[in-house]
Amino acid sequence: MLILAFRRFISMALIMAIISFTLFALFESDKLAVAGKVLGPYSNTEQRLLWLENNGYNEPFLARYGTWVGNALTGDFGQSIQYKTPVSEVLWPRLGNTAILAGLYMLIMIPLSLTLGVIAGMKEGSPQDRFVSVGSVLTTSVPEFASATFFTAIFVFWLGWLPGTAAMSSGFSWAEIFLPVLVLVMYGFGYTARMTRASMAEVMTSHYIRTAVLKGIPYRRVILRHALRNALIAPFTVIILQLNWLLSGVIVVEVFFAYKGFGKLLLDAALFGDIYVIEACTLVAVFVAVFSQFISDIGYTLLNPRIRFT
Amino acid sequence: MEQTPILECRNLCISYDTRGGEIPAVIDFNMKVMPGQGVGIVGESGCGKSTVALAVMQYLGSNGYIKSGEILFHGRDMRTMSQEELRAIRGSKIAMIYQEPMASLNPSMKIGEQLAEVPLFHEDVTRAEAMARALELLEAVKLPDPKRILDSYPHQISGGQQQRVVIAMALLSKPDLLLLDEPTTALDVTVERGIVELVKEISAEFGTSMVYISHNLGLILDTCDRVTVMYSGEAVEDGTINEVFDDMKHPYTSGLFASIPLPGADKNERPLVPIPGQLPLPHQRPQGCFFSPRCAFCREGICTTDKILMRPVPQEEAHTVRCARFEEIDWAEGDHEAVTVKSVKSGKVVLKVRNMKKYYEIRSSSLLSMIRRDAVKTVKANENINFDAREAETVAIVGESGCGKSTFAKVLMGLEEATDGEVILNGEDLAHVSVQKRKARTVGHLQMVFQNPFDTLNPSHSVGNQIARVIRKFGVEKDPEKVRQKVNDLLDLVKLPRDFAHRRPRQLSGGQKQRIGIARAFAGNPAVVVADEPVSALDVSVQAAVTGLLTEIQNDLRSTLLFISHDLSVVRYLSDRVVVMYLGHIVEQGTTDEVFSPPYHPYTEALLSAVPIADTSVVQKQIILEGDIPSAVNPPPGCPFQTRCPRKIGSICETELPPLKEFQDGHQILCHLDDDVFESMEPVIVMHKKGEVIPVS
Amino acid sequence: MTVEIQDNDSSPSTIGKMFKSIGLLRESPVAIFGLSLILFWVILAILAPVLPLYDPNELLEPFKFPLSEAKDGGLYWLGTDHKGRDILSRVIFGAQQVLVWATTATVVAYIVGMLMGVVAGYLGGWYDEVISFISNILLSFPVIVLYIIIITYLGATGFNIVLAVTFASAPGIMRIVRGLVLDLRTRDYIFAAQTRGESSMYIMLVELLPNARGPLIVDACLRLGYTTITIAMLGYLGLGLPPPDPDWGKMIAETQPLGSFAGHMAVVPAVAISSLVLGFNLLADGLREISMKD
Repeated sequence: MLILAFRRFISMALIMAIISFTLFALFESDKLAVAGKVLGPYSNTEQRLLWLENNGYNEPFLARYGTWVGNALTGDFGQSIQYKTPVSEVLWPRLGNTAILAGLYMLIMIPLSLTLGVIAGMKEGSPQDRFVSVGSVLTTSVPEFASATFFTAIFVFWLGWLPGTAAMSSGFSWAEIFLPVLVLVMYGFGYTARMTRASMAEVMTSHYIRTAVLKGIPYRRVILRHALRNALIAPFTVIILQLNWLLSGVIVVEVFFAYKGFGKLLLDAALFGDIYVIEACTLVAVFVAVFSQFISDIGYTLLNPRIRFT
Repeated sequence: MEQTPILECRNLCISYDTRGGEIPAVIDFNMKVMPGQGVGIVGESGCGKSTVALAVMQYLGSNGYIKSGEILFHGRDMRTMSQEELRAIRGSKIAMIYQEPMASLNPSMKIGEQLAEVPLFHEDVTRAEAMARALELLEAVKLPDPKRILDSYPHQISGGQQQRVVIAMALLSKPDLLLLDEPTTALDVTVERGIVELVKEISAEFGTSMVYISHNLGLILDTCDRVTVMYSGEAVEDGTINEVFDDMKHPYTSGLFASIPLPGADKNERPLVPIPGQLPLPHQRPQGCFFSPRCAFCREGICTTDKILMRPVPQEEAHTVRCARFEEIDWAEGDHEAVTVKSVKSGKVVLKVRNMKKYYEIRSSSLLSMIRRDAVKTVKANENINFDAREAETVAIVGESGCGKSTFAKVLMGLEEATDGEVILNGEDLAHVSVQKRKARTVGHLQMVFQNPFDTLNPSHSVGNQIARVIRKFGVEKDPEKVRQKVNDLLDLVKLPRDFAHRRPRQLSGGQKQRIGIARAFAGNPAVVVADEPVSALDVSVQAAVTGLLTEIQNDLRSTLLFISHDLSVVRYLSDRVVVMYLGHIVEQGTTDEVFSPPYHPYTEALLSAVPIADTSVVQKQIILEGDIPSAVNPPPGCPFQTRCPRKIGSICETELPPLKEFQDGHQILCHLDDDVFESMEPVIVMHKKGEVIPVS
Repeated sequence: MTVEIQDNDSSPSTIGKMFKSIGLLRESPVAIFGLSLILFWVILAILAPVLPLYDPNELLEPFKFPLSEAKDGGLYWLGTDHKGRDILSRVIFGAQQVLVWATTATVVAYIVGMLMGVVAGYLGGWYDEVISFISNILLSFPVIVLYIIIITYLGATGFNIVLAVTFASAPGIMRIVRGLVLDLRTRDYIFAAQTRGESSMYIMLVELLPNARGPLIVDACLRLGYTTITIAMLGYLGLGLPPPDPDWGKMIAETQPLGSFAGHMAVVPAVAISSLVLGFNLLADGLREISMKD
């Protein structure tokens, strides 16, 4: 078990190293372009060369990469071009905001989709199964920017119940975060629910469930003790890996509702050409993704004795 | 005095609802199980035998239902019971043992936990008591180290052990009735023997009644008092074992017996008689008698119009038959054509295998083993393989799982390279030549028939194209017209209609697919054909026809057949020489007569004792091997068979690889036993009354 | 299974087979409904140039509501947007755009992913190690980050969008194909092909891939839907194809601030994209159901 964790950890570190190197090579191998980005389009070549000299850009490429990684590890991602402040000062608060959004989403989505999936999968073809199946196809077909449009049209402009933005200009507000979370849940729960349903339905037709029923133990126990544990292994990994896809939705929602989060920061930086922010955001996003994969692998092994003891 | 039966099925009809409408799975089924009795249900796949068991359990899935009839348990109709009443009976009064032990156990629950559930929910016991009971039962089913097993997950123990756990689970509440649904089909023969003995002992000890479902007549003979033969959803014959086995009345029963090879009988005395045709699909059942299209005694008008009912045989009141003309059948009158295996004179040596070794290296990727520097383990899949095969000869390679027979086939076919030694085909050493480097003719000269008919053909391409590809690939023909002609010839050869060339594999039955597989193997006029358990996945009544076809073609073309099998009955029947393998070693080889009569290697002896034989006149010596076949990754030191050998003589078996003892010319045995022990060995299979065995032909 | 031996004696032509597989759809009303939704948009997109529509980029009268009359006596069926462009025309021409790029991107991603998967699954060994490692690296990118990096680095052109979708989807496709191939390669007919000395290329392309098609068709449908969303999303985020061509995502982004008094401008493209994606998802669902029954 520990060995496995260690191996996973090594491969995680390796992936991070490769990605960070590619990223650095992509954005910073052309030194003059970097200087151009920092100093603006009206700077001349002389100024740019001087800036490169002053900022240690004339070191060999690998040495620069080393310094950059070292700095990144200590939380120093350089100076934002757009905001003229250290990147970390913008990054962490934004990341916190997104964590709130994603956390609320997970808090609602996980119990909702697991419950619905299990209920649907318990009896394949039953009315509750059809309801959940059709419902989840419908909601996963409506992308976030579309459902956000619909919900805003209904709740904001027509009924006037909720605010149309979530800028949180006067501090955290439940009313403002309601729609963003709703939009994310609408789009996101279907996938996990369908996965859970399929997994549960498969388990319910398995021979060991037959054994359990024909052993004469109560139906409740068959479901809770025999079926659930095996049925939830697959959705568990899906939920964690969903973080990878979640970020797309998060960006859309943050843009739509003007929520000051990590996604909007990344998008703005990309559109502005704020390379240090892009680098920092990418590193953080990839780290979260790789780390979640690590957790998912470990969790999968813990849940599945067939892998744990071999 | 009339006892109440434990279980009684009266006019039971079970149907499934499908897209195509209602499909009757079981029709008008009657059965009585008296206390302490063992009742067998025998039939081929799809005959409805498992459906009966599940109906008794009232577990038919969402689309199955009991259409009419009654299932009485202790005289009470189970259909009228509430869910709670059923729950109380399931697992405590009626318990079931399943075909696939691995799939039947919950993979993420410890075995102790799964066992303890039974008493916990049926009796008023504490957890500790339940666990103690579980432990007790694990001991009763003779599992080694029951405490450890109690604390294991199912995947951590072997298949045979898993089945013992399932049996323990079924017995925990001392049920009145045990339903066994093909409990040993997934297991090796020697392991099967142990399980069957256990079931017999236990039913005797606990006085449990049994319903034993199997396709294997030999196992039924071994375990039951009565037997019901089913065909296409109906019981066709019902009676005591002796009535049905020795004095069968239904043409299907008789056909079934005639189509299975018996290791006691000689192929010339008792040729195999296959049943022509195949089982009808549920929605294509004929009018009248379902067996009529395949029956040699069918009379238009009598058999093909009205529903046939079960009728008692005169003077044998408990023996009933569903045949309109059983009284008047003259068995000598019209029978199907027998498969005769001509004794062909074998020619020169075609294939020579000399000191062939195949070792695999498996790399363990765990860090620990990297530190210990034993990351690379050697699996000795084949060790010192030596034998010859002559032209037109059939050489059987016999062994259970892990014996190395499949690896040997791979080396032969050039999919793996031998680690050492020679494989000489017509003077050319192929041991280190992979198939891609072999000449087209050589490849065509060495072909294979595969085990699983459902896998043997590519479902995406038509049958004709698949055969044509082989013809072109081997360079037999190039011209499209000639290729088409050759495809037709091959279809003729395997006795299938020519328009099968246009069909997709999914439109063929298992037996037909296997025939195409044979056609494909013989497309390049092969010198050697390797047949890897070619009929083991087929229904019994189809097996004989395919086996017959294979040997017939082989005889005509004078090819050499290497017949890989675990089934000694078939081997005895069709092979000239036999090679017995165990854990990568050849432990015995010789002519068929030499191998099947003493002296034996102790493993051959045990194998012969383990084959279930559907013949009441045969007495088999009882040799039950303990434990399971060791893994090839960790073979035992010394003799490979020493861990299970009933004739082990001492420490020499554990330390030294035995010498190869030569008996008559060519009969070799790898064993430490003394010559006088070999001389004093008695035959395992004895017929106690020769002649008048089976009333066929 | 031995079914329906009678009705298939002659070898059917390719077109005949196609009709037969479409006929299979009859078994699933869900699939038919999904297919109709897709066909609705495909037909509109194909007919767009010949339909009596306004030029999608022509500035007519701004802020017209649906069904209002145009100056020239015509009708703005779905109204006009803030710049005065006809929304119906923009939605239909937008369908063209999104369908063309979503299909191209999915097809390219599929070809790449399938080749990677079949090589990794069948040849195994180092091929597998390398391909799986590259896939793992790509899979550890949150997809949107991958899009943002590729598009900001290379620029927003159709080709780059196809490239980005391929980078993001091919590893997933590769995993599915690899899994299928790992299962299929143990079948006896593969063994049979090997024993008659077929080349690896032949086995991969002729023996393996055709048998993986069932699950792959279902997955491809889902992916088409997802790629449609992706392309519209990139448009919405301002990373899509450059103006002035109509783009559903961009239409929503442009008109979203005006929702308070002209909601229809954003709702129409939102409905359009949702219905098209729903079509793909339902078709995939129906196909899966049909394949499960067989």
